[in-house]
Amino acid sequence: MAAPMLRWCCSGRRFAFARVGCGSCHRRGPPTGSTSNGKRGQSSVAQQPHITAQKPRKGEPEWAAVVGLEIHAQIASNSKLFSGSQVCFAAPPNSLVSFFDASLPGTLPVLNRRCVEAAVMTGLALDCHINRKSLFDRKHYFYADLPAGYQITQQRLPIAVNGSLAYSVYVGRKPSQMVTRTVRVKQIQLEQDSGKSLHDDLRSQTLIDLNRAGIGLLELVLEPDMSCGEEAATAVRELQLILQALGTSQANMADYEIQRQINELENGGEILNETRSFDFKLGCTVPMRDKEGKQDYRFMPEPNLPPLLLYDSGSLPSGADPQQVINIDQLRERLPELPRVTRQRLVQQYGMLPEHSCVLLNEVGLLEFFQNVIKETRAEPKKVTSWVLNTFLGFLKQQNLAVSESPVTPSALAELLDLLDRKAISAPAAKQVFEELWRNEGKTPAQIVAEKKLELLQDPEALEQLCRSTLEAHPDVVMDLKRGNPRAINKLIGLVRKATLGRADPTAIKEVLERQLSS
Amino acid sequence: MQVIMVSVALKQGQITPTELCQRCLSLIKKTKFLNAYITVSEEVALKQAEESEKRYKKGHSLGDLDGIPIAVKDNFSTSGIETTCASNMLKGYVPPYNATVVQKLLDQGALLMGKTNLDEFAMGSGSTDGIFGPVKNPWSYSKQYREKRKQNSHSENEDSNWLITGGSSGGSAAAVSAFTCFAALGSDTGGSTRNPAAHCGVVGLKPSYGLVSRHGLIPLVNSMDVPGILTRCVDDAATVLGVLAGHDPKDSTTIQDPVKPFTLPSLTDVSKLCIGIPKEYLTPELSSEVQSLWSKAANLFESEGAKVTEVSLPHTSYSIVCYHVLCTSEVASNMARFDGLEYGHRCDSDVSTEAMYAATRREGFNDVVRGRILSGNFFLLKENYENYFVKAQKVRRLIANDFVNVFNSGVDVLLTPTTLSEAVPYTEFIKEDNRTRSAQDDIFTQAVNMAGLPAVSVPMALSSQGLPIGLQFIGRAFCDQQLLTVAKWFEKQVQFPVIQLQELMDDCSSVFENEKLASVSLK
Repeated sequence: MAAPMLRWCCSGRRFAFARVGCGSCHRRGPPTGSTSNGKRGQSSVAQQPHITAQKPRKGEPEWAAVVGLEIHAQIASNSKLFSGSQVCFAAPPNSLVSFFDASLPGTLPVLNRRCVEAAVMTGLALDCHINRKSLFDRKHYFYADLPAGYQITQQRLPIAVNGSLAYSVYVGRKPSQMVTRTVRVKQIQLEQDSGKSLHDDLRSQTLIDLNRAGIGLLELVLEPDMSCGEEAATAVRELQLILQALGTSQANMADYEIQRQINELENGGEILNETRSFDFKLGCTVPMRDKEGKQDYRFMPEPNLPPLLLYDSGSLPSGADPQQVINIDQLRERLPELPRVTRQRLVQQYGMLPEHSCVLLNEVGLLEFFQNVIKETRAEPKKVTSWVLNTFLGFLKQQNLAVSESPVTPSALAELLDLLDRKAISAPAAKQVFEELWRNEGKTPAQIVAEKKLELLQDPEALEQLCRSTLEAHPDVVMDLKRGNPRAINKLIGLVRKATLGRADPTAIKEVLERQLSS
Repeated sequence: MQVIMVSVALKQGQITPTELCQRCLSLIKKTKFLNAYITVSEEVALKQAEESEKRYKKGHSLGDLDGIPIAVKDNFSTSGIETTCASNMLKGYVPPYNATVVQKLLDQGALLMGKTNLDEFAMGSGSTDGIFGPVKNPWSYSKQYREKRKQNSHSENEDSNWLITGGSSGGSAAAVSAFTCFAALGSDTGGSTRNPAAHCGVVGLKPSYGLVSRHGLIPLVNSMDVPGILTRCVDDAATVLGVLAGHDPKDSTTIQDPVKPFTLPSLTDVSKLCIGIPKEYLTPELSSEVQSLWSKAANLFESEGAKVTEVSLPHTSYSIVCYHVLCTSEVASNMARFDGLEYGHRCDSDVSTEAMYAATRREGFNDVVRGRILSGNFFLLKENYENYFVKAQKVRRLIANDFVNVFNSGVDVLLTPTTLSEAVPYTEFIKEDNRTRSAQDDIFTQAVNMAGLPAVSVPMALSSQGLPIGLQFIGRAFCDQQLLTVAKWFEKQVQFPVIQLQELMDDCSSVFENEKLASVSLK
């Protein structure tokens, strides 16, 4: 199966601004959406953003942003879109370059079936209409990391069109106030990535690495239905989750880019039509290259690729070689559970709050961790949710770790929650055990409990005895309590706990103390 | 001598591949002044001959082409052998891979004698516009032509009045015509195989688009290019086509269905055939001699019982201008890769990347190529695309439909002239520029490429000047075999004379002196 999308190549976007009020629309300066030229490899299909004037509400800014996005997601196939070269991150420069990738004269493109499947699956996941026939075009421009002098893309008739992407945004302050919004997906097109230019300013030369040249990209065009950077970021995040569910890996570039634009907008800056790429070292996006005014890409049909024909079970030509045809219905059956459905399932199955289901999905690997804990523990799902989202995630965040880097395994947490569930330990003791587990010294929760003597005092007689002696030893506190200070009971509970070396349940202690005091 | 018969002789040991190879190599040397070859791959050929000889000795040859000397136009990629397209841009470029057609020939044991001359990037109809100079038509030196010239008292300054081969596969046509190889690969985009075949008195086959792989053929117009086959008889063309035809995973435009090698039947009865004569091909520019031979051929079919009928291809006259737009547009696109970065020529300037591109392309391409790039980019501009490119595509569809309609009306094969006239002297040819010449010379051949149909030029007779004239047969798409069967019948009827180059071979010292090729050892 195609494991789509590994790298988020870059996201062009189209911002437009509508002056809010009086029903009149004005667009401001250069950052308009009318020139749709984010990336130099970008579609020239005119993308007029939809600008809607809304009545200004008190306190709202005068300008409303309209955000459209063009997202380039790298397809994580084993080989490139039109050649047999391997796709592999961080290989030595120019080590993954076929004759076609280097544009040796006479070489021809051969379409990679897996990339097509990835595009179709993405289209289906986004409720797109899958075009039964799509076409490839050449887009011309001279650039040192574009060996053929043109990029093969789908300008006229892309593989998928007219989809939609639903995403949830928080409105108001409470996390539970979530609203579902929808952004239209204009199209999804297959296209080639370019190579990489490494500029050596010191020697004033440019080095070219063609490893990336020809890797398959999905260009997703989202209509300007989003009204702010935050919405755009949420939509992109949802898209990311969908692509990952289809077999995608982490991509954090888009978030950064949107944050940068939000900042820029808030600071009153102008967003130029430029393509930015993500610099892993700097942790930010940087302009990829100067945009040279208006460019005519001189689009032309790619004559070496016949139209891409897709079939469904009804239209499949009889006797067709299954290796030569793609059946959309078959791909639809193979679609995994999509994030939206997963979240609904979590809410229904485990009774968790919708926002909790969001957190579980948003953190890479967290859902899987959660499900593994659930599988192995007898503890209530709500308890598991709370532990995973509060304690576990809290520890991860504090140390800036990914789920995969966690020192605590799902089995260990499950065992710990079991101990808690059968009241073998108290909740505070469980926290203590968790901290020990986090230190990762290879001990099981049971071992830690035994070593630290954290198991709850199971003998009621012993507890009675300890309570009684504590009351006798601290008449001043008892007096304080009897004078009406309600907090004095807590002090007593604390003293008993100390005496039990933390092995008694505070609720049980309280019960015994109150009984003894009232008798 | 037919390839099949040579193959039998090789099997019976009457001649060895090495002997055959050496004989061709010596002929290549003797005819060097024709300028048919850009590169002679002598060592490769001799090595291949040695291998072939071993196979024959063991009694298991690889097929009919084992040990058969062939030549390849210098716009097919050949692994380890320089491939120039007769352009400064690719001078010194040694490809790391073989074109599929080249590989298929080598897999059959064929001996690669060398790479043949052409117009730069196959843009031309004379084989006169490459950086290695023009190709000379072997018929310029034939007994048949020389005697006619003496009769017509044109004896003065014979050697400066040599004839062009036509093109752009002129090197391949000359190589086959002068016996330096048994078959040669050409390429055919608007007539580039059939045109020189007609002028050089050989068979020139343009197979159906998609029947033969283009992988490794350095493109002119991807949607029209087809590897062409030049041989001395129709049977040989069929033999070579049998080896080359079929799906290639490296060329997505090749047919999926498997193609089996075939032998052409000898047709005895043509009474069930319907031959179409397109009336639009009777143009004022057509020489009376070619016209009369064309009629004669039609009469021949009719007299043997075939149905000969006049048909109409109404959009023929738009073909030239339509071709011009589509060709230059694809050229502009295809030539974009020649930027001096990955391979080929690179200028000395290193002021900036852009300056390097500009100077490299200025130095690397000739005027013809640059002119076509310029026009093509004009047609592809956003503001012009609809008015030129899209319109041209629509006209192309109309032209293709013309053929469909004719074939649907029951016509099996169309019979047309290949060229307007016989080959003209070089001095005559260069009076017009490349564009005018190409437009004139491709008039009967170009529409076929637009429609992707198979067509073959078969030499029919000698003109009053003693020069070959060929006629063209056009078949239904992927009915190449039927087309060749008809061509074979025709070839048998007309008994085209063999070129008489004996005089040239025996006594070419004068020629060599003229050409200042003293370095070539004679005997």
